[in-house]
Formats: sequence, structure tokens, C-alpha cells
Amino acid sequence: MKSGIPSTKYEPLTLLFAALGGIVLLFIIAPLISMFVNSSLGELTETAKDQEVRSSIWLTLWTSMAATILFAIAAIPFSYLLARKKFPLKGLVTSIIDLPIVIPHSAAGLALLGVVSKSGLFGKAADKMGFEIVGSSAGIIAAMAFVSIPYLLNSARDGFLAVPVRLEKAALSLGASPLRVFLTVSVPLASRSIVSGLILMWARGMSEFGAVLIIAYHPMITPVLIYERFGAFGLKYARPVAVLFVSVCLVFFIILRLLARGKDAAYR
Amino acid sequence: MLLTVRKISRSFGGFELKNVSFDVQQGQYFVLLGASGVGKSVLLEIIAGLTHPDDGRIFLNGTNITSEKIQKRKIGMVFQSYTLFPHMKVYDNIAYPLRTGYTKHQIPKRVAKLAEDFGVTGLLKRKPQTLSGGESQRVSLARAVASEPRCLLLDEPISSLDAKSRPRMRALLRKINAKGQTIIHVTHDYIEAASLGTHIAVMEGGTIAQTGTVDDIFQHPKSEFIARFIGIRNFFKGNLEKPHLQAGLKQFRTDGLAFSVLTDSHAGNGFVCIRNEDVIIHNPSSTAEPTIAGNNFEGTIVDIVRFGPGIEVIINIGTNNLKTQKTANVNPLEIAALITAESAKALNLHCGKKVCISFKASSVKYVEE
Repeated sequence: MKSGIPSTKYEPLTLLFAALGGIVLLFIIAPLISMFVNSSLGELTETAKDQEVRSSIWLTLWTSMAATILFAIAAIPFSYLLARKKFPLKGLVTSIIDLPIVIPHSAAGLALLGVVSKSGLFGKAADKMGFEIVGSSAGIIAAMAFVSIPYLLNSARDGFLAVPVRLEKAALSLGASPLRVFLTVSVPLASRSIVSGLILMWARGMSEFGAVLIIAYHPMITPVLIYERFGAFGLKYARPVAVLFVSVCLVFFIILRLLARGKDAAYR
Repeated sequence: MLLTVRKISRSFGGFELKNVSFDVQQGQYFVLLGASGVGKSVLLEIIAGLTHPDDGRIFLNGTNITSEKIQKRKIGMVFQSYTLFPHMKVYDNIAYPLRTGYTKHQIPKRVAKLAEDFGVTGLLKRKPQTLSGGESQRVSLARAVASEPRCLLLDEPISSLDAKSRPRMRALLRKINAKGQTIIHVTHDYIEAASLGTHIAVMEGGTIAQTGTVDDIFQHPKSEFIARFIGIRNFFKGNLEKPHLQAGLKQFRTDGLAFSVLTDSHAGNGFVCIRNEDVIIHNPSSTAEPTIAGNNFEGTIVDIVRFGPGIEVIINIGTNNLKTQKTANVNPLEIAALITAESAKALNLHCGKKVCISFKASSVKYVEE
């Protein structure tokens, strides 16, 4: 006869939740697997040799990384401000930060076009400096940053909020300047959230389509190239590009996550 | 005067500091003694600049530093929670304040010296998360001293340590102070205060109830609260009568008993306190003759407990007749006597045994209400 505490492992409710979770997972994985399964190795090799595809993947990678790094310089100190200081209209500012997430990205592209086109504020300034934003890598970077920056701001702000204020004050009482405290105490202790935000911003920027399509159809980033090939030649020609791009993204995503985990372990 | 605190007030979360004033001289070991939640830690934070007062001023070497930035004050603080930087090794924690003012070559030497002084040399490569409470506290102290503060503030530096680490920490704190470092130490433990402080300020109800040297506070507590807080066990409320005994001797009546008290105070309501080490126990068969100036009572032992290194004997003197005081009363009245374990054995003390106790009139401290 069996005795002891009954296992809660197979409770009906747990089984129900696991089944629901399985459906959600299947919903995410099935289309991706189907895409990979329906692409032959020959098609993929052929696509990988295609100069246009290679250039677009490279362009997508570097513009999304540039957008992340460039805007992080301003976004990280700003998120520290949001975490630590009280100021008038802070609630409004916090809401504005989330706007790019809630508005349609094509609309975001149109809004951005208003300021980066030659007649717009930033467009005019760029024109004076001798380059154009619309239809250039700079336009792609701007569009990617616009839609992805909330992820970094929110994640970094949460990270700074989790840093005990007492540690910062202790550092100040040891004679350190506020900038040194920020760089040597606040940022390192919030680094897990900051890196997580950077990865999310980069990943979101890389996958952006709508806003980039309006600001810079050319040079062509991979999401736009996939759309164009699908429209012009159909699924058979678009799918290998998508498979290749998703694979590259996954590899980078995994590497960055592993690096971030290593950094986090080093701080523990 | 190194530090002058004047009329500091701050209200927050249900309690408040009210007109707190005190002075600390260079080289003093100043203890702020008070119950939990009285605002001691907040007062330290105000001095360090971590919290701003609603009112009042703080002067350091005569300069008003009330609005001075934390990093400009040169006031070091050791927090109760240690606040070591978790992402840095012990070496980097101690070296943190040295990055300004020391060259790259000087820093390792200075860290090594501090590590040696504070007994943390073997811990330099470790992360704070791997340290014990005592080790963390020593590293935190070393780091604060590394910043060469004009005044070092310590927030309950001993209470969170285990019994084994406490004597070492006390010795370390005395050593730092002996080198001339001015220290303000916050604690709720009167034994800690007496064993470390040169001066004590007792806090009560968000204000300073009494300030003075250790002897002042322990020999002449100004109020019932202070007497109780600093561990005086024998505390009786009552009434001081007009003198009719020898010059200076007065009668203090409490719960039907009368004590002889040596005091200049006027008759009226008040309280007396008698330190437990001033109470002497002897067997009723003892030949010792009571004197008129002395306080001699018979009583029954109700409890015998270990008290630090000695034995505390609780005697009920309220239900027995008195040898020299003729007042008859049957109310229980307990008095504590601190004796050595050897004396307890020699006197063959046990609960229920009848004994005689005596204490001098001069050891009864009377405080007017």
C-alpha cells in the first residue's frame, strides 16, 4: 500500500494549465517549424549565395545594432532619471515613452517622416550637414529606434528601481561624485536589466517592418526584402530569405543572451 | 567643537524628531542610545546628509553643513545593513574611496594596511555575499575609515552580529577611536553604550532626554525612562518625606516600605533607583548589625537567574517585617541583587529561602518627578 504525501504533480488543474500552455507554445513553434521544414537545403544554399539577400541581412544587423547603441547613450541616463527623480508631469512622460508600442508602426513611420523628411526639423538639419535621412541607413536607424526604444527605457528603468538607493548614498558618503556613483554602482547593479533591454531593443528594431517601409524602402532591410519577394514572386521565393534571416537572428539572440548571463553571473 | 547639532526636527511615517541638539568634540566616542523607532538612525542620516531635516542646523568645525552635499561632508557612515557593493570584491570596496586622492601605486598599499588593521586581509578577493556578518561589518568599517572622515557614524554596528563577533568588533571600535577618530554610534543596547562610549545621549520620544559622560548617565539618570532604559532594575516610585533623620538623610516611602535616602532634594513625589550590584545579601543568622543610616530588610528569594558573569537574586521584601523600618505592609516588593556565583554558593541561596538584604542610603538615587 502506498503512503506519504500525495504528489501534486498531476493535479487536474496543473494538467489543464499544461495543456493550455502547450497550445500557446505550439502556436509559436508550429509556423516556424513549418517554414523551416518546407525550405529545402538547396533553396537555402542558393539564397545564402544571393548578394542582395546577404547585403540586406548585414544592413538589418548593423542598422539595428547602431540604433540600439546610439540611442542607449541617451536612453540609459534618462531611464535612471525616471527611476530616481520626481518631476512635474512624470506620469505624462512615462506614457509618452510607451506610445511607440501602442501606435501602428506604419503610422509611426508616417509620423517620423514628418520630422525626418527634407521639410522636417531633423531632415533640414541633416540636409545642412550634407546627408539625407529618408531613403538611407540613417532613416532605417531612426525608424528602428523609434519603435524599439520603449523596451530599453522600461527595462533599464526597472533595473535602476531595483538598485537600493542606500548603496548609492553609501557611495556618495565615501566621497564619490554623482557621475561616478552612476557609472560604478547604479549601472553595474542594473546591468542585467539594461542588457536585457538592449537585447530586446535590438531584436525589436531588427524585426521592424512598417515604419522602415515608409522611411526607407531602399536600401532594403531583410523584412522589406521578404515582403517584396513575397509580393513579386510568391511564397516559394520569400520563404528561404525568411528562414535564413530568422536563423541569423536566433544565433545572435542566443549568443547575446549567453553573454548577458555570463556577465550577470560575474556580478553575483 | 567638531560637530554641533542644533534643534533638528524631522517628521516622517508616524514619528518625529523634535528639537534635537547635542555637541560632539574631536576624539569623542559619542553614543546615541534609544529604543527602536525613536529616530536614532534618521538622525544619523541627517548628519550624513542622506536625509534633510525639516528644521534645524548642523555645524562641522563651525561650518554650517545642513545643506551641504553628501559627498562634500567628509562624514563616513557605516550602515546597519553594511551596504557593501555586491558587484565588487572586498578589495574594490575598500579601495572605492581611495580612487580620489591616492595614486594608482598608493592604493594597493593603503588597502593592504587597512585590511591588516581591520583583520580582513584574507577576504580581499572575496565577494561581499560570501562574508559573515562580522566580516561584512569589518569590511564596511575599513571602507568608511579609508575615506578619512572627520566624523564616523555607526548605525547599530554590533547588534546584528553574533555573540562571538561582538567582542572583536568592540575592540576594533575602541582601537579606531583611540587613534583619534571621532565616532557617533547609534544603539539600543545600554551595555554596548556603557562599554564603548565616552559620552552618551539618551533619546526618548524623538528628542534627547539626557546627555553626559557615561558616569553621569548611569549614576544620575534624569528620568524614570532613562533609569529603566539603562538597565537599572531596582526602581521604585513613591514620596520623599521631610527630613527627620540625620542631616541629608530623608525617608522615601513606596508601597508601604520606607528607604533611607541621602539627598538634597525637597520633599515630594519622585522615584528612587538602586543598582543591583549595590544590594548586599546575607543570611538572617549573620551578626552584621544594621545601622540607622542603612537600609536593611528581610525577604524571601523568589528567583535566581544568571545575569552576565554573575547571578541575579530577586528577593521579595514586601511581605516581611522590617528590621529597622517599622512600617507594616504585605504588598509584594521585589528587589534585585547582583552577586557572584561563589557568593551564591557560600550563602546557599535557593528560591523560598529567607535572607536579609542591605544597601547604603548613599546608593539610593532619588529623582524628582
